[in-house]
Amino acid sequence: MNPINEVQDIWAYLRTTPLLWLMLTMMAYLLGFWCFEKVKRSPIVSPVAIAASFLGVILLITDTPYAVYFEGAQFVHFLLGPATVSLAIPLVANFPRVRRAAIPMLAALIASSATAIFAAIFIAQAMGASDEAIRSLIPKSVTTPIAMGISEQIGGLPSLTAGLVVLTGILGAIIITPLMNYLGFRDWRARGFAVGVTSHGIGTARAFQVHEVAGVFAAVAMALNGLVTAFVVALFSQLL
Amino acid sequence: MTEILKAFTFLLGFQLLGTATVMGMSLPIPGPVAGLLFLIGWLGMNAPRPKFLKETAQGLIAHLSLLFVPAAVGIIQHLDRLALEGKILLTAVLVSTILALIVGALTFVVMVRLTGALPEGEELRS
Repeated sequence: MNPINEVQDIWAYLRTTPLLWLMLTMMAYLLGFWCFEKVKRSPIVSPVAIAASFLGVILLITDTPYAVYFEGAQFVHFLLGPATVSLAIPLVANFPRVRRAAIPMLAALIASSATAIFAAIFIAQAMGASDEAIRSLIPKSVTTPIAMGISEQIGGLPSLTAGLVVLTGILGAIIITPLMNYLGFRDWRARGFAVGVTSHGIGTARAFQVHEVAGVFAAVAMALNGLVTAFVVALFSQLL
Repeated sequence: MTEILKAFTFLLGFQLLGTATVMGMSLPIPGPVAGLLFLIGWLGMNAPRPKFLKETAQGLIAHLSLLFVPAAVGIIQHLDRLALEGKILLTAVLVSTILALIVGALTFVVMVRLTGALPEGEELRS
């Protein structure tokens, strides 16, 4: 058997196994994290964006369907469950802080969440987006599983919504630090809460990298925005 | 190592409890979020607070962004639509996100002044 065929056989076998894609997912993230450390943790460099672009290019070059990739990546994806539950620990440790800021949080939640939704609808409509695309945009600031459910209820495309949720998360996580520094916001609670409302888990992950107080407020914001939006939409769709 | 195993079993237990509750009551929220609320309840009451949790939780949270990579790669499924409406979608997402960040932080800071809950200690960026 000639060696080229053998390499092709091994590749043909490996590209369908979860092992390869799991390993590449970890490697791509470490590569992204390495770049992030190289630039002294500058917020402009997002490990998630680097890892996802790197993997996306590999999938396109090797003509691998996302479903095959996900067979391997699901093991990492699954950890989102226990990681979400584990947010309870910093939340409880900072409970007095959170309680003290209850009213500012509630006001910021309503204002920020409404701005995210209505500004997106307005801009997309003004630029002539399709109806499907606009409906898919509405829940983009909510954490993925809730957003996909909402998208389905209001006639959007759940999988497009999932993509827009990720895009919103990455953009928010990149923008937050330079934007807040530029505008002179020094309260970690306000900075964290804003990024948690608009950029859900990806924003929360970013906030925890910057400061624990910001991370805690981002986590509270993400959870509240998810819960409130889900219940508001559920209520409206029952009334209609 | 045993610490990590115990912590994972504990966290998965709460996720399971959350998922079962959400399904049983057909609530529109994900199981892990319900699990998070249950664990807040558990830790908030004076229930025994397991020592093994802290380190694993810190590890998971420190690299939370790794866990979003598989979902982020999912964008490649929408290259067709992005080619068609990409500019509109990107503009809508970018501008609305910037506005929502500003409105969120501003509302928070204004309400903090009104309610007198001014930042203390490490809540303020030095």
